[in-house]
Amino acid sequence: MRRTPKDLEASSRMITRRGLVLGGAMVGFMGLLAARMRFLQVDQADQFRLLAEENRVNIRLLPPARGLIFDRNGVPLAENESNYRIVLVPEDAGDVDEVIERLARLIPMTPEDIERAKAEARRRSPFVPVTIADRLSWEDTAEVAVNAPALPGVNPEVGLSRHYPRGADFAHIVGYVGPVSDYDLGRIQDPDPLLLIPKYQIGKTGVEARQEDDLRGKAGTRRIEVNAVGRIMRELDRQEGTPGDNFQLTVDAELQNYALARLGGESASAVVLDTETGDIVALASSPSYDPNKFIRGISSADYSLLTDNLYRPLANKAVQGIYPPGSTFKMVTALAALEDGVIQPEETVYCPGHAEVGGRRFHCWKGGGHGAIDLMNSLSQSCDVYYYDIAQRVGIEKIAAMARKLGIGERHDVPLSAVAAGLTPDKQWKRENRGAEWVIGDSLNAGIGQGYVLASPLQLAVMTARLASGNGISPRLIKTVDGVEQPLRSTGPLDIDEGFLRLIRRGMYSVSNNRTGTAFGSRIEAAELRMAGKTGTSQVRNISAAERARGVFRNEDLPWERRDHALFVSFAPYEQPKYAVSVVVEHGGGGSATAAPIARDIMLQALYGGTPPLEAYPSTQRREIEERQRTLPQHARPGEGPTRA
Amino acid sequence: MSYLEYSVQRVPTGLRKLLYLNWPLILLPACVAAIGFMMLYSVAGGNLGRWAEPQMIRFGMGLGLMLVVAMVPIWFWRNLSGVAFGVSLLLLLIVEFFGATGMGAQRWINLGFMRLQPSELTKITLIMVLASYYDWLDVKKVSRPLWVLVPVLIILMPVALVLRQPDLGTAILLLSGGGIVMFIAGVHWLYFAVVSGAGAGLVTAVLSSRGTPWQLLKDYQYRRIDTFLDPASDPLGAGYHITQSKIALGSGGWAGRGFMEGTQSRLNFLPEKHTDFIFTTLAEEFGFVGGASLLILYALIVVFCIAAALSMKDRYSALLSLGIAATFFLFFAVNMSMVMGMAPVVGVPLPLVSYGGSAMMVLLLAFGLVQSAHVHKPRNKT
Repeated sequence: MRRTPKDLEASSRMITRRGLVLGGAMVGFMGLLAARMRFLQVDQADQFRLLAEENRVNIRLLPPARGLIFDRNGVPLAENESNYRIVLVPEDAGDVDEVIERLARLIPMTPEDIERAKAEARRRSPFVPVTIADRLSWEDTAEVAVNAPALPGVNPEVGLSRHYPRGADFAHIVGYVGPVSDYDLGRIQDPDPLLLIPKYQIGKTGVEARQEDDLRGKAGTRRIEVNAVGRIMRELDRQEGTPGDNFQLTVDAELQNYALARLGGESASAVVLDTETGDIVALASSPSYDPNKFIRGISSADYSLLTDNLYRPLANKAVQGIYPPGSTFKMVTALAALEDGVIQPEETVYCPGHAEVGGRRFHCWKGGGHGAIDLMNSLSQSCDVYYYDIAQRVGIEKIAAMARKLGIGERHDVPLSAVAAGLTPDKQWKRENRGAEWVIGDSLNAGIGQGYVLASPLQLAVMTARLASGNGISPRLIKTVDGVEQPLRSTGPLDIDEGFLRLIRRGMYSVSNNRTGTAFGSRIEAAELRMAGKTGTSQVRNISAAERARGVFRNEDLPWERRDHALFVSFAPYEQPKYAVSVVVEHGGGGSATAAPIARDIMLQALYGGTPPLEAYPSTQRREIEERQRTLPQHARPGEGPTRA
Repeated sequence: MSYLEYSVQRVPTGLRKLLYLNWPLILLPACVAAIGFMMLYSVAGGNLGRWAEPQMIRFGMGLGLMLVVAMVPIWFWRNLSGVAFGVSLLLLLIVEFFGATGMGAQRWINLGFMRLQPSELTKITLIMVLASYYDWLDVKKVSRPLWVLVPVLIILMPVALVLRQPDLGTAILLLSGGGIVMFIAGVHWLYFAVVSGAGAGLVTAVLSSRGTPWQLLKDYQYRRIDTFLDPASDPLGAGYHITQSKIALGSGGWAGRGFMEGTQSRLNFLPEKHTDFIFTTLAEEFGFVGGASLLILYALIVVFCIAAALSMKDRYSALLSLGIAATFFLFFAVNMSMVMGMAPVVGVPLPLVSYGGSAMMVLLLAFGLVQSAHVHKPRNKT
């Protein structure tokens, strides 16, 4: 086909025209692009620069060192141990499996550990460090460090982990830390961001839990540059945190150790209070357990050993165990009656072995009766009928008021877990909680510390300290926080007639120093350290008439959990009280036989600040005591006791 | 005047051809490619071997190929146009059935030494075949419906195949590139008005088909349209690309953060930082100055291309050169619009800068064709 020049010319003009139109459009669009670029890069630059900064900078927390806990003499009870662990960065390791195999030849690792480590290294992003082994000895760590050239990507790291050098001795006081759980987080409003760190350790029980906020400290921060997948490129700056406060407790580690050992694996507890300040010098609950096992999460086997134990090692019986105080409550009844004037100290009550009230027969522990008995003897021989009589006369309201004045039924403010309030019953309480009217029999039972009355060993010790000092002693557990002495809680003289108090103390003195006293066998022989006390044996069941008739109420014949609790409260020295001690042995039988000797031994240990000389003991017991001093185990045996079937 | 009427004496022969090369169209792409090497070096975190070096080697090979193409007379290429287009269609079909799947799309044939993307090749062969069609067609018939239908079918064949892959970016480029050649060739503007109207109707249809059984696009393509309209709605999900690249651009400011100092791209906040989104690195590290410089370089390439085309004496050369200029323009216009949040994210690389073999090879090949047309245009004897 031929084309005419005219055609060609027209076509050429068309192409030129349209080409120019196109070129113009393109240049126009490029101008639009340039304008857009200018808008984004110049006009909005500041806004986007800020966004870019937020994108790449990430703030990481630096966990602070947890506050330390010491006893009153500076003995460490909770400390932070260097914890060596081996960390592997998969992308630096090359052949991860091979490196882990090599590691396993250097440090103790079970086949499961190896499998777990391999699986984790595969699962995570290659630049995320994987912890291969934790809690290694320094030697193992050094071994790994020496072999570093053969272990690419492997780094020993050091962190801090909690350690309780005193083990079971302070399990109930100091408590333990453990990984923060969802449950913990649920209870805390607006939690510290530290708690959101996986496996961050917080106090679970005891002082560790109650003083958590002060022990934890303030987190430091580390600003790091990260990329889109979270890989750390470099550290920009670092701000160290504030370590937690150091706590000094009022407890004496040596006495605590002795008390726990002296309880000897019985299901028992003992509290030693300073009667001048209210300081808790020892607070033992037996059996105990090893808190170090809880730090990384206890194995379920170990845990069920503790929970299945009939002696309840996990419970701090000294504050959360509440018992009918039995005859240790008689001082309360007597004081209430004396203050009310319903009885005179020298006035006698005839005890035939029982009292008949409202058609019911209330028995004295001594079947044959005590005969005519006055206040002094009623305490030293612990006559029940005397107290039935004065309890009727004074009435429950006055008894309850006196009990409260002495700290029973009051939740003492100590930083321990599950502190129990006990119970001081009165008419209103019974109406509200039992839906029944108070009857006279209730007063009789309350008068001898049975029935509804419940008290914890700590409350009994506080009561004794208040009786001994006449002051409003309140327990204190924290001596200093970061070196700052904490205020005493105790107040001045109670509103109780000093003369009456002296009478009560005199009665308590005769308990352990009169030949007829129920705790005469547990007296302190050293003249200047004489101990005053009161035994208690509290029933955990009613003795049926049939049993009484058959004469079957010997404790030894009953199954353990139905035997009576043995109690003893005491203070010493009598003239110038220094310590108050309470001991409760669950289902231990009689207070005089079981609890009093323990209380006496602990008291002597406290008074002498160590093993007392044999001269402090009655001469007939010295050989036996010497033997015990020699064989007493140095440390409490954790978790002993019969296991639930 | 047809090529057969060329007086051989008026066309340079042998090595003399080198003297007649259009040097600006060699130097300008080389400048752009050099910027690309720098950016690839930067996004690799100072690693030359990762992206920059392979790219340099490819550019060297492409430059050689371009010169070879330039030395071959343009009429040879004209005669080859139909065959080349047929081959690229065939390759597209092969990709459909044997292609490797990458990122959910079947796009390339693995030749062993390189991955060939037939869709890239098609961008040029389509221009070639259309140019030769209009060179052959009687000028008077250009706007007759039947003769308009033929190029439309030619364009739609590869577009349909590319859409099936699916590769929306290439489809848009093919459609626009072909349309532009038709426009330059003189097809009556009413056709374009009608098609634009129909296109608007189609967009409405596409959008309203969403969620129905006859849904026209894949879900991810719909989401990209969504996030284009409102990227802030899903900054970590679908809108991530656009939001992050806008942050990178904005944080560059007037003069940029400096070479190798861009945090956005170097720290991997940007996806496809070395391919489709490489412009963000340039804009972040060299700021508005850097971005505008690149835009000016591109503009110069387009202008020189058009200038060369307008001085060409035959229809084929002129149409081909203008078509190539338009295709080149479409590449960076679509890419930059996308990166700057003016268009949906479609997979179109930044020409001569983005990492990738096929696109660079094909573009250099195209410039080779322009050179060939330029070298072999009839000149007055001097």
